[in-house]
Amino acid sequence: MENEPTIIAFCCHYCAFTAADLAGTMRKQYPANIRIVRIPCTGKVDENMVLQAFVEGADGVMVAGCEIGSCHFIQGNVRALKRVAHAKKLLAETGVNADRLEFYHVAASQGPLFATTSAEFTERIKQLNAGGEAAAIATSAEDSTGEGS
Amino acid sequence: MIVAERKLFDDLYAKASKHKKVLLLGCGTCVTVCMAGGEKEVDILDSQLKLAARERGDEFEVTTHTIVRQCDDEFFDEEASRKIAAADAVISLACGVGIQFCSEKYPDKRVYAGVNTVFYGATVEQGVWEERCAGCGECIADKFAGICPVARCSKSLMNGPCGGTTDGKCEVSNEIDCAWALIVKRMKELGTLEELGEITEPRDWSTSRHGGPRRVVHESLRLDEGTKKDS
Repeated sequence: MENEPTIIAFCCHYCAFTAADLAGTMRKQYPANIRIVRIPCTGKVDENMVLQAFVEGADGVMVAGCEIGSCHFIQGNVRALKRVAHAKKLLAETGVNADRLEFYHVAASQGPLFATTSAEFTERIKQLNAGGEAAAIATSAEDSTGEGS
Repeated sequence: MIVAERKLFDDLYAKASKHKKVLLLGCGTCVTVCMAGGEKEVDILDSQLKLAARERGDEFEVTTHTIVRQCDDEFFDEEASRKIAAADAVISLACGVGIQFCSEKYPDKRVYAGVNTVFYGATVEQGVWEERCAGCGECIADKFAGICPVARCSKSLMNGPCGGTTDGKCEVSNEIDCAWALIVKRMKELGTLEELGEITEPRDWSTSRHGGPRRVVHESLRLDEGTKKDS
């Protein structure tokens, strides 16, 4: 059976969206499963934006924002980290695996990182769709969650 | 404002999934401010119920609506009434007042509580609410430098502090400020500490819940029988 998940990537205009653009310029391929939604800052993301994406049929949602300390709006990415953590809890309550949602830090200059992160996240969602467990992703923002707040 | 917390999801899911069509009714006043039952929380619960139903293979329809206040007749407008009538059951995300008022207005409708009403409180910082008032019916906060011992002392002592105060914290929990430590500090700052030498007599609690459910009537505001909305 074909396992091509739909993944929504909420990307900050100032970093991850530019990184995605750069990945293209650098001819770095990332999976066509990724559907990018450009947002002015990850601070725009709230819990229901993420949940709504799942309701509308997304298999996975990634939120990609600036590294801690380099948010164009100072604190937007820190707020987004907390909201994503909360959205994971809300997802888990419904029975949806919270690993289907992840926050990543991708700077504007990191085109290759956007490509590898997208590929790894897509692979994770494929594994989950196939009934497997989510593999840990080294580039995940989990390690930095809670810092800088 | 009235401060509330949303009920556990599994509890709400169990209620919603018993019906074919459920309306989530939010309230745009206190519970919106304390992020428990406003439009945003209604939308989140709507998404959660839809996702959980899909995961668990249940089928029921969820609709949403939020009105300005569920404790006032005038805000149950035509649209709200139509949506309530079209639903098999309503989950009210308003406080305990809102859910009861909604039930009274629509006696044939099953109305569930979506939040737990916790206290009358204030926003002490973004995301943190604390109890400030117990609604006792006879405000004495001014006698204690604006700090109410009824609501903020764990024992509601009128002549405190008790022996359970340590470094300004209450023995019930070190996260609770000792109201009497706050009162003494503030009265010192105001230069009114000597007023605490006066013993406060036992309260007459009949103005509080001890006198049964209360009622406030402003005769000058009441409408004559012939001019009431429903007459």
